[in-house]
Amino acid sequence: MQKDIASFRVKYVQILDEKGNVDKKLEPELSDQELRDLYRWMVIERVFDNTALALQREGRIGTYAQSLGEEAVHVGSVFAASDDDWIFPDYREHVAFLMRKVPVKNLLLHWGGSEEGMDLPERSNIFPVCIPVGTQTLHGAGTAIAFKLKKKKFCSLTFVGDASTSTGDFNEGLNFAGTFMAPAVFIIRNNQWAISVPRVCDKPDWGGCQSRAQTLAQKAIAFGFDGVQVDGNDVLAVYSVVKEALEKARKGKGPTLVECFSYRLPPHTTADDPTRYRDPEIVKAWLKKEPLARFKLYLQKKKLWDEKFESAVQAEAKRMVDQGVKEAEDFKPKPTDMFDFVYEKLTPNLSEQRKEWLS
Amino acid sequence: MAKLSIVEAVKDALDCEMERDSSVVVLGEDVGLNGGVFRATDGLFAKYGDRRVIDTPLSESGIVGVSIAMAVQGLKPVAEIQFDGFTYPAMDQLFSHAARLRNRTRGRYTCPLVVRFPYGGGIRALEHHNESPETYFVHTPGLKVVIPSNPYDTKGLLIASIRDPDPVVFMEPKRIYRSFRDEVPENAYVVEIGKAKVVREGTDITLISWGAMVRECLKAADDAAVQGVKVEVIDVRTLSPCDYDAIFASVQKTGRCIVVHEAPRTLGFGAEICARVQEKLLLYLKAPVLRVTGYDTPFPYFKLENEYLPGPDKIKKAMAQVMKF
Ligand SMILES: Cc1ncc(C[n+]2csc(CCOP(=O)(O)OP(=O)(O)O)c2C)c(N)n1
Ligand SMILES: [Mg+2]
Repeated sequence: MQKDIASFRVKYVQILDEKGNVDKKLEPELSDQELRDLYRWMVIERVFDNTALALQREGRIGTYAQSLGEEAVHVGSVFAASDDDWIFPDYREHVAFLMRKVPVKNLLLHWGGSEEGMDLPERSNIFPVCIPVGTQTLHGAGTAIAFKLKKKKFCSLTFVGDASTSTGDFNEGLNFAGTFMAPAVFIIRNNQWAISVPRVCDKPDWGGCQSRAQTLAQKAIAFGFDGVQVDGNDVLAVYSVVKEALEKARKGKGPTLVECFSYRLPPHTTADDPTRYRDPEIVKAWLKKEPLARFKLYLQKKKLWDEKFESAVQAEAKRMVDQGVKEAEDFKPKPTDMFDFVYEKLTPNLSEQRKEWLS
Repeated sequence: MAKLSIVEAVKDALDCEMERDSSVVVLGEDVGLNGGVFRATDGLFAKYGDRRVIDTPLSESGIVGVSIAMAVQGLKPVAEIQFDGFTYPAMDQLFSHAARLRNRTRGRYTCPLVVRFPYGGGIRALEHHNESPETYFVHTPGLKVVIPSNPYDTKGLLIASIRDPDPVVFMEPKRIYRSFRDEVPENAYVVEIGKAKVVREGTDITLISWGAMVRECLKAADDAAVQGVKVEVIDVRTLSPCDYDAIFASVQKTGRCIVVHEAPRTLGFGAEICARVQEKLLLYLKAPVLRVTGYDTPFPYFKLENEYLPGPDKIKKAMAQVMKF
């Protein structure tokens, strides 16, 4: 006897196409103010990004990971969450911090090499930048399990890159979330590259790629919950799908994996040289699909965007970022802080080493 | 002879061994077309192809676990872990399997693999890119631990590691990857694992170190020479197995010993050297054996890294202390 005992589907969602045309049936109900806010945050992230890049080039901060082209993924998801939901970023979701009222100063301190940057304001409900990729997935799962135990209606929202889905912790995190029916939403920022290793396997008989799975969204199926792929350059699609996933989670219906399909336009970080491994023509093609331009067209059609609005948003972003730069550059780290935050109370051993440092 | 930097010497060693022995394969994240984030495998993909220079999925546990099994099957994997801080996800495979397979099967199965990675601070890097985790590996029976401090040794020790019948953890001081060049023979040659090197002779103090700290010791020794203090500097080169004979011979002569390392002080490899020296040479000692090390704190973000790292000033302070004891 043999029969099919399992089959699955993976949905793809796009609401705004590259020309700013909207799929009326799927268009989310957002107020004019909310739509303008989505745009505002995307602009803020881009202005922050350009500024940080310039600071890196002048040696005023260290190695930096640009977010250019991924704004819709970051803004759409965080906008869909409530302020009580906890966010687990990796290192590219700069605006997620800003949307949680973390000052620009903090981000620049972090990238500028001071721990103070991740001294996050109270109730920002966001974890610090996470560099060992994939590891934060378990924190997203654990937070959701804790919310469930404490009977709170909050969710966790975890971001990982496409390559991070290859780590053990990513898979373990999804499995924990699935088994406990935890209120967790996992966002894959599929920008199609690790550093130089492509997401997709193009050799029929060998590796050199991240995964042979047709989509990354379908990885959820193996853990017993749904995966959806969305156009990651479409902020309305990201927002709608994440919103729905969070509502489902809040109702006790378990986790969701959302794969946001996008493209990494910049180098991996400022230390990377992508001309060694990818064709600049493909990057140019993807540049045409970038999320801000498309959303601007949509707002224009809805008469929510004009030059005046644009300059006001740009000016606000610039003010906010410039002030952050100034504050960050005025900051001098205190060397003894090296010792003072390792434990709640300085141990005798560290106290001695601290004295030694001061002498 | 060509003049090579440390990172070029790594590539040269890999190239020599890959050419000589078709069972040698390189694997890791971005080691292929990209040539590794530090370019330590630059050009090898073009020369040897994707079956021998293998870009893996992003999983350090995967890289090491797969390498163990490839080694058992007669291949000679040289696995690259991109940075020190990302060896941690691979610890289980290294500790529970690579280190124990020989012993557990009474020699039936062995895994002669090399796990190499850039380590240490001083390059203004992000968090988790500055670690000095040598103690964990030295503390694990079954692993060998090799740390070169110059291009010549890098090539010879890496070739020795690839040819070694046991798993070798090969740590490369990234801070001095490109700081200077040495004459490096074009042919393959071996620097024996388990042999320290006296890199500067002296009769008053023995400074013991490895990796990037050897150069800091040499700078401190130069300064001390001006004051008339003759400092001997030992580059340990291989921490496991460690050449205690070389250390004892020097300390017996000088009677003063200071160990310098970047890793945190508590249970850093310096602690082991101090213990051995006093076990063996108590009556030869003219002063307590001291350590100049990183502090028992996480490696700080880069604004404070120079406050954390040992350097000539801290070493000179310790030298003054042992001289006036
Ligand atoms: C565990 C671990 N291994 C290696 C690295 C080095 N590294 C940093 S980012 C990166 C690629 C990550 O790609 P992806 O998850 O797709 O995220 P992206 O950077 O593309 O946003 C690598 C290999 C790391 N940070 N963590
Ligand atoms: Mg990616």
